[in-house]
Amino acid sequence: MTNSWTDIKNADLVLIMGGNAAEAHPCGFKWVAEAKAHKGAKLLVVDPRFTRSAAVSDLYCPIRAGTDTAYLLGIINYLLSTGKYHADYVKHFTNAAYIVKDEFAFNAEEGLYSGYNAEKRSYDRASWDYEMGEDGFAVRDMTLEHPRSVFQLLKQHVARYTPEMVERICGSPKEKFLKVCEHVASTGNGEKSMTIMYALGWTQHSYGSQTIRTAAMLQLMLGNMGVPGGGVNALRGHSNVQGLTDIGLLSQSTPGYLGMPRDAEPTLSAHLGNRNFRPLQANQISYWQNYGKFYVSLLKAMYGKAATAENEFGYAWLPKVDLSYDALHQFDLMHQGKINGYVCQGFNPLLSVPNKGKMRAALSKLKFLVSIDPLETETARFWENHGEFNDIDSAKVQTEVFMLPATCFAEDEGSFTNSSRTLNWRWKAADGPGEARTDTVIIADLFLRIRDLYAKEGGAAPEPIMSVDWTYIKPSDPSPDELLREMNGKALVDLKDPADPTKILRRAGEQVDGFAQLRDDGSTMCACWIYSGAYTEAGNLTARRDASDPSGLGVHPKWGFTWPANRRILYNRASADPSGKPWSVKKQYIHWNGSRWVGPDVPDFVPTSAPEKSAGPFIMNPEGVSRLFARKLMAEGPFPEHYEPFESPVTNVLHPKTPTNPAARVFKGDMEVFGGVKDFPYVATTYRLVEHFHYWTKHAKLNAIIQPEFFVEISPELAKEKGVKNGGWVRVFSNRGSVKAKAVVTKRIPVLTVDGKKVHTVGMPIHFGFVGETKKSFGVNTLTPFVGDANTQTPEYKAFLVDIEPLSSGPAIS
Amino acid sequence: MATLQSLDLKRRSATAGTPPAARQTLEVSKLIDISKCIGCKACQVACMEWNDLRAEVGEVHGYYDNPGDLSPSTWTMMRYTERDNPDTGDLEWLIRKDGCMHCSDPGCLKACPSPGAIVQYSNGIVDFVSENCIGCGYCVKGCPFNIPRISQTDNKAYKCTLCSDRVAVGQAPACVKACPTQALVFGSKEDMIVHAQGRVADLKSRGYKNAGLYDPPGVGGTHVMYVLHHADQPQLYAGLPNQPRISPLVELWKGAAKNVGLIGIGFAAFFGFMHYVVNGPNRVSKEDEEAAVKLKEGGK
Ligand code: SF4
Repeated sequence: MTNSWTDIKNADLVLIMGGNAAEAHPCGFKWVAEAKAHKGAKLLVVDPRFTRSAAVSDLYCPIRAGTDTAYLLGIINYLLSTGKYHADYVKHFTNAAYIVKDEFAFNAEEGLYSGYNAEKRSYDRASWDYEMGEDGFAVRDMTLEHPRSVFQLLKQHVARYTPEMVERICGSPKEKFLKVCEHVASTGNGEKSMTIMYALGWTQHSYGSQTIRTAAMLQLMLGNMGVPGGGVNALRGHSNVQGLTDIGLLSQSTPGYLGMPRDAEPTLSAHLGNRNFRPLQANQISYWQNYGKFYVSLLKAMYGKAATAENEFGYAWLPKVDLSYDALHQFDLMHQGKINGYVCQGFNPLLSVPNKGKMRAALSKLKFLVSIDPLETETARFWENHGEFNDIDSAKVQTEVFMLPATCFAEDEGSFTNSSRTLNWRWKAADGPGEARTDTVIIADLFLRIRDLYAKEGGAAPEPIMSVDWTYIKPSDPSPDELLREMNGKALVDLKDPADPTKILRRAGEQVDGFAQLRDDGSTMCACWIYSGAYTEAGNLTARRDASDPSGLGVHPKWGFTWPANRRILYNRASADPSGKPWSVKKQYIHWNGSRWVGPDVPDFVPTSAPEKSAGPFIMNPEGVSRLFARKLMAEGPFPEHYEPFESPVTNVLHPKTPTNPAARVFKGDMEVFGGVKDFPYVATTYRLVEHFHYWTKHAKLNAIIQPEFFVEISPELAKEKGVKNGGWVRVFSNRGSVKAKAVVTKRIPVLTVDGKKVHTVGMPIHFGFVGETKKSFGVNTLTPFVGDANTQTPEYKAFLVDIEPLSSGPAIS
Repeated sequence: MATLQSLDLKRRSATAGTPPAARQTLEVSKLIDISKCIGCKACQVACMEWNDLRAEVGEVHGYYDNPGDLSPSTWTMMRYTERDNPDTGDLEWLIRKDGCMHCSDPGCLKACPSPGAIVQYSNGIVDFVSENCIGCGYCVKGCPFNIPRISQTDNKAYKCTLCSDRVAVGQAPACVKACPTQALVFGSKEDMIVHAQGRVADLKSRGYKNAGLYDPPGVGGTHVMYVLHHADQPQLYAGLPNQPRISPLVELWKGAAKNVGLIGIGFAAFFGFMHYVVNGPNRVSKEDEEAAVKLKEGGK
């Protein structure tokens, strides 16, 4: 989230799209209820289904699954063609005025940007950048009239997304769409703000990152970034999945979203050289210029004394990647027999990675599989025959499976990082059952045993293991407290104040106050720079439980610790105009008082940098402004474009020759099992139910009682056409597999008219499997396609094709 | 198991005269704001947790209502209704938390022939006292909201207690505590009515002309009230009675008992008279009602 859960109460308008907060985030949804009840806020819901969120909305607009980018570009077009956007904000705080290189082009007919290589399915992005001036800075035209200014290019780009085109692509009735536009436009004036709440409904597409970018652009056009009640707010799924990504459990980043070392960067200087973040305008802060400080401090946390300036702080010991090793790639390699051992920690890929058939085949090729989990997962039992639900010949599986029982969240102490980026410390409630051990103990045990083996027997490259700094009080059980201290970082020598060398900022061994004190000379260590400030000499700030909120704006500055630097709203300097005055009294947040930036939150700016210096509010960008044009950062283009899902019931009306994301990676064998509309005429989409949490709570009796069984949802019209009875059995099948389910026939699944053609949707909740208290089921990933977002490789779970037929009875019970 | 004392009683089933009622506790109410309810069932689970109830893991029958009905182990449940609003042309998904309404004038208590099996506290809560329950099922018939259920296991009647045990020690009912959106609020009946007025005003400002509070006078008002977007049509919400009142059969029975003045004879008469009704459908048919009204009027 750019803002926070508690900030949602400040919104005048809430747009829930690509998510279903009432269903999947009911406790966070309370802030929407708060905004509605106490601020008179309106709630808009745009979704392929009439959801629980829609049930309490002021306006619901249906949309075909997978067409959100077109819808949002349509709103941007509405704003630009009616002039209802925040003109000053756009001019001063976005890159609208920047001139794009002459070579840059978009071929609307082909649906392709300049630089495309069809063979490689990727772009040479060289032309996707600014024109550079002789002064070394990017060229701008503050009138925004230059034909190659970002503003004019964007205007031209979105002009195709008229309300009629939106209706044609999305199936959203034009009047409904225009009503949504009017509501949204009402917040483009600094007086009101809109928050956007989204979740997996946007991420789980082969172009999901672009949809989210479009939302960010929309908020920038409206001036809704950095202000109370605004922002683009990702509702994170697990209670600590924000913490997971922060700490670097992503295939493409190291802790704190620092870059993963790559083959092309064999040395630290090469790695840092690729990240110099030279400002693109005079006086810009370009905060990433500090990258080296964060990186060296991370290496010092990893290798301790072994990391020296001479050996580039041990950079050589880090593995370098040649490609992205995301889940889809890993399992494809496993399927090819190229991975033969696998450790699952809190991961149930047999159900959560697409194409269960392929997953089962892949797991069967392993020599060993380790499952570290509080529950017995389907993955740990993939070899077991469960009749129709998991039809496998156990005798043929040679994989050895080890289950290492772990404690669950309430049986361990530590911090959770929620969607608001707030770290909340929580305490242990109970001991784990039986042989369960905490994840830390299990990993420490593994590490120490492996290190012992290297010590005793040597090996090809022992240094990466032998050099790791493991100086915990109890090496077999590093305490959560020590780990958080390590993430915060400390001084390794006395740190002198650069402004006044007679002053010592921190003594050797003391915790640093925040990432501003980190150094790139090896004198500080910090395992996750964005968490720096969470555990200082003042103690564990994540354990704070002071709910006071002096401004009444839901800031709660003394509750837990929010990264970065305890800042609750990102980019908050943008709540004031270039001169430092609030855009409006109603949305006043951070402003310049003549000598400092002040307000209820920690300013996202140099606190004493006067407005006259004209540093831009988006300090992480070398431009100092935000980007409507993403330069080279996205795989499929600097502006978002509408592409169809890989399985779609219609052609891409804008450019039939390039219907789908041209830069998405598709593995051999997976393209072949995409299905077509002739055989699989209906759009399927998967989702969560409030009664369950992923694949966990099906193990809990109470949850099983209130939602006991897998079902699919279809409209009464489709039910009639197919002869399906409400509550009766059906078979749903895609080109990859088939599942049986109870049918829920409901008006909540709208029938849409897309480009003159009727489109039916089949809705499928994900939560059911063949282990647990709920009735046995197949797993919806039996049906889903094995393809992901071109930037993040998040699987395309939200839109694919199926067919459906009634059955006279259900599956044989095994 | 209730921790309220007999001194707090206002009424007691099949008991002549009123209980001591030496103390007057604050009259309470739970307000269910249907316009804020997201149907998450947190209240349902909280109820199961607090009261240690576990229904069977059932099946999907084509709806989200699970378990499918109230039962001795399901004292509250969400009932989901889909409706096309003819005025706006929009779909509405009306979600009503069903459970005991804790009527001021409780039909179950009036119908109950077993002394002290059903009591009403001065705070308004209507509670079943299991040790006194004989499992006759008359409360089922007496209830205008179709709430009590008889257990096949111990042959006793069960329903929501409004967490009388929690309320007795100053806590809100478990469901209220669990509700994430404050669709459920709890407090003095007076405060809840004021709170409801604010909610109704908000709904009217959003175009729900007929928004209103459901506190039906036919049963003397209730200690569980609803805020409805369409207060003019309560039946839209999974058959919430438009104008609930105690079945004339029960009124008749009470009247007859009073006239006869002999509890023993009354008992027998009641058994004879009610038997077929209890074994028949839950809802009183129109003919039943008419017959009863005639009888009652004739008996005057
Ligand atoms: S907990 Fe609240 S929001 Fe959830 S179903 Fe119950 S009343 Fe509705």
